[in-house]
Amino acid sequence: MIIYFQKAVRDLRANLFLNTVTVITIALSVLIFSAFMLFFVNADGFLRHWIADMRIMVYLKPGVQPETVDRMKSRIENLPGVRKAEFISKSRAMDRFRDQLKRQSSLLDGLRENPLPESFEVRMDITARGWRNIEPVAREIESLNGVEEVEYGQQWVGRFIHVLNLIRVAGYALGGMFFGAAVFFVANTVRLVLYSRRDEVEIMRLVGASEGFVKDPFYIQNLIMGTLGGLLGITILYFGYRFIAANVAAELSTVSFQLIFLPFRISLGILLGSMFVGWLGCFISLRQFLKT
Amino acid sequence: MEVFEKPSAIIQMFHVSKRYSAKAALVDISLEVADNEFVFVSGPSGAGKTTLLRLLYMGETATTGQIVVDGLNLSRIARRRVPFLRRKFGIIFQDYRLIPSRSVFDNIALVVEAVGTKRQLIRKTVMSLLRTVGMEERWRALPLSLSGGEQQRVAVARAIAGDPKIIVADEPTSSLDHDSAEIILNLLKQYHQRGATVMIATHDTELIRSTGGRVILLKEGRVDAAAHLPAGTS
Repeated sequence: MIIYFQKAVRDLRANLFLNTVTVITIALSVLIFSAFMLFFVNADGFLRHWIADMRIMVYLKPGVQPETVDRMKSRIENLPGVRKAEFISKSRAMDRFRDQLKRQSSLLDGLRENPLPESFEVRMDITARGWRNIEPVAREIESLNGVEEVEYGQQWVGRFIHVLNLIRVAGYALGGMFFGAAVFFVANTVRLVLYSRRDEVEIMRLVGASEGFVKDPFYIQNLIMGTLGGLLGITILYFGYRFIAANVAAELSTVSFQLIFLPFRISLGILLGSMFVGWLGCFISLRQFLKT
Repeated sequence: MEVFEKPSAIIQMFHVSKRYSAKAALVDISLEVADNEFVFVSGPSGAGKTTLLRLLYMGETATTGQIVVDGLNLSRIARRRVPFLRRKFGIIFQDYRLIPSRSVFDNIALVVEAVGTKRQLIRKTVMSLLRTVGMEERWRALPLSLSGGEQQRVAVARAIAGDPKIIVADEPTSSLDHDSAEIILNLLKQYHQRGATVMIATHDTELIRSTGGRVILLKEGRVDAAAHLPAGTS
């Protein structure tokens, strides 16, 4: 195995230009794919953050009896995806309104009676199931006796998720295309190297070198190139992320949401993927070349 | 893979034919080569000498017929076992087939490594082989800086590097001058005396006469005649 590794390193040096171009191609593919992944990770994070803050406002008809309110509360809390239903009395609603108005709260002093309705503030689970349930839950609540109106931001979330899904599909498609392109490029590089060394390969096979002796250095070489390409792509992405995070941080300072880099598991998955690209390109070429 | 009981004949061919699309390269060849025999395969260009040798180490596969080499039936050998068959052979080509970008040392080390020699022994083995063919001084040289005779000596060293049982040489001296040809032939004779079987394809009748040994004469892909010539026959 040490001999195979030494041969692989020697061959990498011998075809330095070709191998460098291959590493850069893999790195670019990894960079584009992982940039999409980074976007999704942060978009998902943002969505979760937003969902955590999302609520359904249930406004009650005037004069609903306290026992009806209790019954409604327990029925709402038993609905799927509902985390908590908090009753907001008229006076509490007014206090909140005053707090929100802050210095303009004196405007409310002229009111003879509290016009705000009693309501429930319903919070959903911070899961994908939670936001998907929001519409049926809202409809269910709307059908309850004593409910005047239900408000929620489902349409906005729906559109956001829809756009996110479109980008995700585009990302997978682009990732797939770049994966294919990278495999194709690696396969061609290996083919060129094999072609330039066909005499050597032929001699090795004629003298009884095992398939492993002929092939393994190529596989090791391409696994090394895949690893280098993957590391290079992720490193470039990291610096890009640092740059963007530093510039966007100021914009996001009003929101408690923070940009994050790719989690270790995803980075490792991408790295293994780029190693697989190297291996697969090599596999395809060797199979074609050594068949002849 | 079918393994026969080891015969005294190291090579056996039974009704072997080889076709390249419409052209028949070999037709119904049956022959035997005894262990430790020195055999010439002769005939004019295009008679099928090279094809016959290539069939033995599975450089080609026979269209019909059976070939048995050292107890291995080549028509039943698994693909993964082919390298083990080839290690029984040392192959010498007319055009040397040395890797031009690698030094003399590396050209031989490639084979020494390929047959699984331990790392610590590679250098010692290669230098010993180069000494055998009188090329130890030129171990660093690139093949193209050597004369034809020197390149063929390196090719002989490479052929015997895996300590093969059978040497097949395809026109090994045809592009060499008389002295170089004699050196190569002597090296092959030495290796034969150590117990190897040697098969040389050549159309050089002078070489056959001066060396002696069994001659298998091919003509248009068929065995035309087989004879045993003592050395120095005129």
